[in-house]
Amino acid sequence: MTSTVPRTGTVRLAAESVNLAYDDRVVVRDLDLQLTDGSFTAIVGPNGCGKSTLLRALGRLLRPVEGQVLLDGRAISRTPTREVARVLGLLPQTPVAPEGLTVGDLVARGRHPHQSWLRQWSRDDEAAVAEALTWTDMADLADRPVDELSGGQRQRAWISMALAQGTDLLLLDEPTTYLDLSHQIDVLELVARLHAERGRTVVVVLHDLNLAARYAHRLVAMDDGRLVASGPPEEVLTEQLLADVFDLEARIVPDPVAGTPMVVPVRRLR
Amino acid sequence: MTQLGARPAAGTRVHQPGETAVRVGPVSGRVRWRQVVVALAAAVAVVLLGAVSLGRGDFPIGLADVLRTLVGLGEDTQEFIVLQLRAPRIVVGALVGLALGVAGALFQTSARNPLASPDVLGITQGASAGAVAAIVLGGTAGGGSVLGGIGVPLAALLGALVTGLLLLLLAWRRGIDGYRMVLIGIALWAVGAALVDWLLTRAEIHDAASAYVWITGSLNARTWAEAVPLLVALAVLLPAALATSRTLAVVQFGDDTARGLGVRLVPTQALVVLVAVALTAAAVAAAGPISYVALVVPQVAIRLTRGPRPPLLASGLLGAALVVGADLLTRTVLPQALPVGVLTAAVGAPFLLWLLVRGRRRSTL
Repeated sequence: MTSTVPRTGTVRLAAESVNLAYDDRVVVRDLDLQLTDGSFTAIVGPNGCGKSTLLRALGRLLRPVEGQVLLDGRAISRTPTREVARVLGLLPQTPVAPEGLTVGDLVARGRHPHQSWLRQWSRDDEAAVAEALTWTDMADLADRPVDELSGGQRQRAWISMALAQGTDLLLLDEPTTYLDLSHQIDVLELVARLHAERGRTVVVVLHDLNLAARYAHRLVAMDDGRLVASGPPEEVLTEQLLADVFDLEARIVPDPVAGTPMVVPVRRLR
Repeated sequence: MTQLGARPAAGTRVHQPGETAVRVGPVSGRVRWRQVVVALAAAVAVVLLGAVSLGRGDFPIGLADVLRTLVGLGEDTQEFIVLQLRAPRIVVGALVGLALGVAGALFQTSARNPLASPDVLGITQGASAGAVAAIVLGGTAGGGSVLGGIGVPLAALLGALVTGLLLLLLAWRRGIDGYRMVLIGIALWAVGAALVDWLLTRAEIHDAASAYVWITGSLNARTWAEAVPLLVALAVLLPAALATSRTLAVVQFGDDTARGLGVRLVPTQALVVLVAVALTAAAVAAAGPISYVALVVPQVAIRLTRGPRPPLLASGLLGAALVVGADLLTRTVLPQALPVGVLTAAVGAPFLLWLLVRGRRRSTL
């Protein structure tokens, strides 16, 4: 855990009473959310509550059927994709790299929004890729194909790509899926460093409430397409919320290491 | 965490072995030497095979005489044979191979599926249906029907374009899903095949025979009349294809990642598929559906260059080498009447099998 650098309270990304739907199936209803500059937010909630859908809308991958998403005060749906991609980076859940693609090439793809047909590999691109590789400890693996890496290394490579993209905002959809606990910690430490040392505004969808409470400075809890609670982990993670949202009877105790709230499950309700 | 807050080390190696950064003024890029070598080797192979092919056939002409004829100093007979009979055939063969190789690479990359080739997607089958309809309905049986009147190449072109557009429309759901596109393509292939079979059962025996040669893909009796339109089509389509290359590298990641990196996915995919359909249509109109080139060549190219996707230009040049080489074999070693399409399938498929068995690479793109 690193100390928080004081930030300005400027809102970078906001959802304004958005309804999100796939075809006719409404997944998120009338949701408002504001993400300030330099914040580290985790979106939590049970399976199918709409948290990944919300993240996709925040990243311009899904257009709201009602309401709008604002990036730096401007409707994101009317901002060109390329412009968005220079400010906001997005890591989908379990992204796939083509077979044979090396780590170095993967990270270099992160420069795509900064390149053009003539300028395909500028000195800035090279410097950004070198820095991203070094910063994520992936430089030694630059020649290795991504598909030969372990799960934890692969996730590091993708985060390295997002870092090379050089965006102020970073949205991650369940970056710890399929990883064992030590690699989950490894990935979240990396994200926390991106936030603390590189000043990234981070939004991450997480399943693990204890890790979310430990790393994020703000939790956004969702249930059945609605935002039910938002604030510091100590305020959001209550025994009542776990009963209401997760149907779980649990005790909340302080994390003996970080002091953040920790969930100790008792039994499933109903 | 070993390097908290590490600065980029001065010696961090970004470039991989066999790769050089090139920067001239505002223009910059990376040269991958393996791709360059494969493309150059394929280009040299095309030229050599073409040169040999010019001299070979029922009337052999020595290399010195071939060269003399090419610069306008040959005898009249030799000039006729080299410039009017053999040269257009070889040029059509090379251009058809080029178009099919590039089309296959475009399809396979944008669909993220190595099965996505004009053969499997039904586009060449659509061309066959058009051509066979023109031959059968416009031949001895049909008399002067409308379809017969427009000529076989144009009917094939229309057949390919219509099938390609149908494919694009049916596979389209807020963008292209590669798997869905392959399934729809297979269905379109079946419709085209049924149409061809039905037409052949109705056909007079002469028409059926010439239709059969056409649907195997042949370079027999090709003239400059076929070569010139193909050259024009390639002059437009090839730069368009190469211009999409940079974006295709990112499209390959999947929809969400590509859009996250600033790619306008819908227009990009539509453009790529349209260019690939047009390349296929132009090739098929000139020489019939020479099978397996578009399916096999990009897969061969990807393994020779050891990259994450089939390189466009190298795929095209390897395609040209395959078709010109296969044509040379059919005209020298093998019985004269054998259409080139038989050989591209017979050579291309085992070569792919060999690469699949030998390589560490899995069967995915």
